[in-house]
Amino acid sequence: MPDRITRSAVEKVARLARLSLTEDEIEVATRELGDMLDHFADIDALDLADVEPMTQPVPLVNVMRDDVPAPTLDRDEVLAAAPVVVDGQFRVPPIIGLDA
Amino acid sequence: MSPPVGIDAIVDGVRSGSSPAMAVLEEHLARIEDRESDIHAFTLVTDESARERAAAIDARVAAGEPVGPLAGVPIALKDNLCTRGVPTTCSSRMLEGWRPPYDATVVTRLLAADAVVVGKTNLDEFAMGSSTENSAFGPTRNPHDIGRVPGGSSGGSAAAVAAGFATASLGSDTGGSIRQPAALCGVVGVKPTYGAVSRLGLVAFASSLDQIGPFTTSVADAATVLSVIAGPDPGDSTSIPEPFPDLVPSLSRGVSGLRIGRIADLPAGADPDVAERVEAAFDALTAAGATIVDVEIPAFGYGLTAYYLIAPAEASSNLARYDGVRYGHRVEAPDTDAMYMATRADGFGAEVKRRIMLGTYALSAGYYDAYYGKALKVRRRIAADFAAAYGRVDALITPASPSVAFAFGDKTADPFAMYLCDTYTIPSNLTGDPAMSVPFGTGADGLPVGVQILAPALGEPTMFAVAAELERAVGGDR
Repeated sequence: MPDRITRSAVEKVARLARLSLTEDEIEVATRELGDMLDHFADIDALDLADVEPMTQPVPLVNVMRDDVPAPTLDRDEVLAAAPVVVDGQFRVPPIIGLDA
Repeated sequence: MSPPVGIDAIVDGVRSGSSPAMAVLEEHLARIEDRESDIHAFTLVTDESARERAAAIDARVAAGEPVGPLAGVPIALKDNLCTRGVPTTCSSRMLEGWRPPYDATVVTRLLAADAVVVGKTNLDEFAMGSSTENSAFGPTRNPHDIGRVPGGSSGGSAAAVAAGFATASLGSDTGGSIRQPAALCGVVGVKPTYGAVSRLGLVAFASSLDQIGPFTTSVADAATVLSVIAGPDPGDSTSIPEPFPDLVPSLSRGVSGLRIGRIADLPAGADPDVAERVEAAFDALTAAGATIVDVEIPAFGYGLTAYYLIAPAEASSNLARYDGVRYGHRVEAPDTDAMYMATRADGFGAEVKRRIMLGTYALSAGYYDAYYGKALKVRRRIAADFAAAYGRVDALITPASPSVAFAFGDKTADPFAMYLCDTYTIPSNLTGDPAMSVPFGTGADGLPVGVQILAPALGEPTMFAVAAELERAVGGDR
């Protein structure tokens, strides 16, 4: 197992996960994740050198169907669930920082 | 005349007109009215639409038209199953008020079978938890003792059936979220073989582990509900293409000639009262003609670690979709990145954030091999150990939960203490094999104990034969 998780690593992970955490939350997360990963060190005892990773209970295969048109979701019903809609489209804030 | 109990009696009464769907529904709604304020099993009671459906079913019976195999049966749905036009919250602020634009496949099939949906049930937020204490809308209480948890994450679905609010309910099971609450609430709970039941419309937690399954008060009712919801679905690429096996013959098969495995190296941790009931189950099966065989599953105990790396890793990816753009909660901010960060910080609760962080870390550059990659190899090792055991036995028996229902707040201070609740249920999700919990008497303080039956992939017929035998042994047969 790698070294114990640091506060700066937690800050980086929060950034990757797009979670804005408070100072307190970062502190708690650093301790809790560290404790959790200590528990998870039990698998270091296993020799897994020749073991293939298992990502799925059953091997995934492509499922093909005939290219036949079928009803899709109702556009108005889908857009009704969105926080902000303009002219039948999802509206988001500027995607480039305003300080540029 | 006493009201019909159990699916067969309800459907017979509805079809003959002796006990109309509306009467059955009103009886259940009256129980909800009476006890829901104490139990809090539901995020939403759909009494109005339920009455419309019950009336329509009774009208079809009166007109001489055929009705389906669940005609008039009151059913509750875990609130992570999409229901068109009906709020689906996952017990999260993130999805509060969201109305899905389609029904989950299981919902479509229940409605086609003429079931009557009485409501959406409470859960640990996004199905992450083992006590239903993580719901953004407050916990569900155990109908056997409202000072204790119902288990989780499908605590609302288990409590709804235990309290008589619904004849059956659906839950989802990613690491034990059907079987553990079933055990704690004294009802039957089934996690089918991975791929047996379509996941289309189940809000995704960990896609390689999630399965939908039923809660009922009897093994026969569980077989009936499972037969309605299972089977191939072109909408789920992991759906098993073959038809689901008929479980009816299993109910009367008995266990004569079956080899039942006892896991000699099962991880310790079960309380003595629970362990005593599991021993009683072995005795009952022996008396009924089964042979008990000792097997070893050396990697069983590593399941917890593998699961709590794999499930959060998959969750961190699945929950990336909650970005405040297409549906759900949004906190306005000057640019999209700040909007994502603020929306997710505000919309998710503590346990969901904890798992997203853990999963993101396990997948991040430099740590992938040490955590996620290694967990996937442990998963393979566990599956190989089970496959070897199933070369010698037809099914395995373990506790479903290490303890009977525990008090509120008992395990909330230490996340790992809560994770230990899943010790005995996790391996079946990692392997994809079926497992179920059946009530088998009581333990400490007279609270229900669940015995878990595990079987190889698509071994449901054997699993249900064992379950029906345990039900007969404990006198639960109607």
